[in-house]
Amino acid sequence: MTQTVKPALREVSRSVPRLEGVQKVTGAVEYIHHLRLPGMLYGKIVRSTVAHAVIVSIDSSAARDLPGVHAVVTGADVLKLVPSPYYGPAFHDQPVLALGKVHHVGEPVAVVLARDPHVADEGADLVVVEYDELPPVFDEVEATLPGAPIVHAELRPAGTFADLKHLKGKTNTNIALEAQVRHGDVAAGFALADHVFEDTFKSGQVMHATLEPMVSLAETRTGKELTIHTASQSPSFVRMEVARMLGWPENKVRVRAAFLGGGFGAKLYIKLEALVAVLALIVRRPVRIGLTMEEQFYTITKHGTTVRMKTGVTNDGTIVAREVRTWWNGGAFADVGPRVTQKSGFTAAGPYDIAHVALDSCAVYTNLPPAGAFRGFGIPQLVWAYESQADIIARRLGLDPVAFRLKNVLRDGDEHATGTIMSNAGVAACVESVARQIGWEQPFDRGTGVLRRGRGIAVGIKASISPTTSVALVTVAADGSCTLAISTVDMGQGSDTAMAQVAAETLGLRTESITVVHSDTDTTPYDMATLGSRSTYHMGHAVRLAADDARNQLLALAATYLGVPAATCGCEDGVISTGDGRSMTFRELFVARSGMQSGNVVGSGSFEPPYAKPDLATGQSKDVTPFWMIGATAVEITVDTETGRITVERMVTAGDVGRAINPAIVERQLSSAAIMALGSSLSELMVFEHGQVVNASLADYKIPSFLDIPPEIGVELIEDPHPNAPYGAKGVGESGAFAPAPAIANALEDATGVRVREMPLLPERVLRAIRAAAGTPLEDV
Amino acid sequence: MAAGRTTIRFTLNGRPASADVAPDENLIEVLQRDFALHGARVSCGQGLCGCCTVAVDGVATSGCLFLARFADGATIETIEGLADGDALDPIQTAFLENAAFQCGFCTPGFIMMTRELLDRIPDPSDDEIRHYLSGNLCRCAAYPEIIRAVRSLARA
Repeated sequence: MTQTVKPALREVSRSVPRLEGVQKVTGAVEYIHHLRLPGMLYGKIVRSTVAHAVIVSIDSSAARDLPGVHAVVTGADVLKLVPSPYYGPAFHDQPVLALGKVHHVGEPVAVVLARDPHVADEGADLVVVEYDELPPVFDEVEATLPGAPIVHAELRPAGTFADLKHLKGKTNTNIALEAQVRHGDVAAGFALADHVFEDTFKSGQVMHATLEPMVSLAETRTGKELTIHTASQSPSFVRMEVARMLGWPENKVRVRAAFLGGGFGAKLYIKLEALVAVLALIVRRPVRIGLTMEEQFYTITKHGTTVRMKTGVTNDGTIVAREVRTWWNGGAFADVGPRVTQKSGFTAAGPYDIAHVALDSCAVYTNLPPAGAFRGFGIPQLVWAYESQADIIARRLGLDPVAFRLKNVLRDGDEHATGTIMSNAGVAACVESVARQIGWEQPFDRGTGVLRRGRGIAVGIKASISPTTSVALVTVAADGSCTLAISTVDMGQGSDTAMAQVAAETLGLRTESITVVHSDTDTTPYDMATLGSRSTYHMGHAVRLAADDARNQLLALAATYLGVPAATCGCEDGVISTGDGRSMTFRELFVARSGMQSGNVVGSGSFEPPYAKPDLATGQSKDVTPFWMIGATAVEITVDTETGRITVERMVTAGDVGRAINPAIVERQLSSAAIMALGSSLSELMVFEHGQVVNASLADYKIPSFLDIPPEIGVELIEDPHPNAPYGAKGVGESGAFAPAPAIANALEDATGVRVREMPLLPERVLRAIRAAAGTPLEDV
Repeated sequence: MAAGRTTIRFTLNGRPASADVAPDENLIEVLQRDFALHGARVSCGQGLCGCCTVAVDGVATSGCLFLARFADGATIETIEGLADGDALDPIQTAFLENAAFQCGFCTPGFIMMTRELLDRIPDPSDDEIRHYLSGNLCRCAAYPEIIRAVRSLARA
């Protein structure tokens, strides 16, 4: 795929302020959170109080008798309307409301509907559910052992993924998917090693905590069509999945989104939409369900993960073999966990050139709340393991951690463990950047007494998920103004602005003059989803193609009316000009065509990157990803050795971005992803008792606040325009989140000599490690 | 009037207002339902995130924890009262110019809190800014840009 890149870019590479900025600072911006429909009922979900049980009975009589309650809906009511009311992107394992059994604390069992949300809340408390409890399983490794309680009697893979079909009907297992990569001969590789390192690294389960809590509304006029308004990152998928579940054609389901108050992967695929759709069809009234912050902890989370990593190294510091086994704790429903397992799993050996690699990755069902996509799509859990171990190895061999990494990193032309040849992947450039930014070679104050200081570095790699499709429409009105219709959802990452920049660059317009239509499946064409940092590359391509199409149509009109070949015309600022000094505005073209200002030019573009499906048994593929994302972080920290508290003093990030469409927004995507990742690195952890989250509140679950932000934050964009990307731009939304956690753990060892292998680095964990190393361990409580 | 409902009268963004409120309704519900003011939003519902910040008699307040009936006789100011037509308040302009937001959901709360901060401490240090705004959360983590915006407003 080639494209003509203009010698000078005018709109691309310009730090255009966000198009919707004024709306956001005045509070006027649209979120689905604010939507109220005439005659609407509020739904409140009655949730399971136990982790694993058979439902014996549901008594909703007291709730029904409460004045103001319109209806109480249970799984039995859903079954009358939908014969198989199960949904999910990878497995059809999630019932609209529990049927016969509950699989985790918080699973929706019934819904109370009322005109007044307070009445719905009160009614939900009056529904009495009797359970016959079953033994639960919570740990992702235990769940794979013989004799473990079984979460789902039978696996129900969705038809959408060919590589899951062989799992259909499989029983007596909690393993939803196993994925492998085999590269070289790992046993022979270990035989070459002078040193073998074996470590187990764990990551805790955390939650997205979008400040706009998840919310969906549905309405129907005839019972044979639906409109769903939803705070969703993937309206196209919601439409497909609701239509499939109901047995309807897609065009009977309209799904629209607005700006999102944060997404981070929480609002992906299908969440509340199936439920509100079915409720609206049952009660024939508009229905809204909006979650509380507490309910979000029971809806979707980031996988808790166990990674067992064995690495063989020679005396000179060359990594010769790596064997990794990863257990992803998917909770009670697979959501997109099997994709995380495979698509992220194949990068578990890290951004290193290793001749002999064996990777095994398994998606595991447990009785915890479901896990899915979370900024980084599993990569941060893997980087935690391989970058923690990189420092363990470097320190043991007496090598500088930066030099050790640079000796082993994948460089363009090297073969990745999947067999794909690396290209446009600036691993070394990112490592070198953060080393330079932090002043790696320079001495620094290492602290004394109680307060010790240290430095750490880490780098992560991600393959963009493939293959996925984006479609865009560019409409030019007869006055020459331009509208861009895309299903990419702006959740704060700035996609409206970036996509308008691509359209503007291509059409020769100013970005600020373009209107971006928000995702509405009746209006905006298909897009796989706003996820995995894919939009800039995939939708960027589609927008460029659509704008090119519109431009070519306008040039053809100009050629007709100016009497010169289209190829000789220029197109800038809404004016098409010939080489001999004549010109026509877009509006004049329409008037010339129709005799009046009327009509449209509609350009369309559709993009799907090339891709070679990996071999099921070996994971080998000649083209496993359209582009590689690289993110590196270096930190300088202070450790209070009496309390175990870590303070990040300086944090610097680098990301390989291809070319920044909007440098200011891209820089902030990197730095803010790193700040967000400080939460899961240092403080965020869902704490469970019997499957119940005991800290399901921002009071006890600490996301980063102003007091947690490093005083010094640096960021550098590594720009090496990607030849197959729109204007060279790669995705960047997750890159900054890859490496902070292991960088901090490495700095902790630098400061104190102790190594903590489980994230987050809670003060208690750090203190226990420090005291254990000092021979004065803290007592267990 | 439904049982238990009362009529409250208050000043809203400089104009007299009244509303018929239930005893269990908070101020945000009433601002959204009766006045179509959506800048203050309920997120955590526990007064921990600051998304619902409004000024009640000049004091920044978590509207999600403030029962609407207590607003009777009070002066309420929301983000919507800051701009004068198209002319933004200098704080809004500073947030805009410093790109001190991403998704924007927390932004009105931060701006209302910044307004109180600058009212009380016209020339805040970085530490004072951090501490004053520590009750407002930004999950997108635009914190460095917010600091820059507020700093740009400090009377040097």
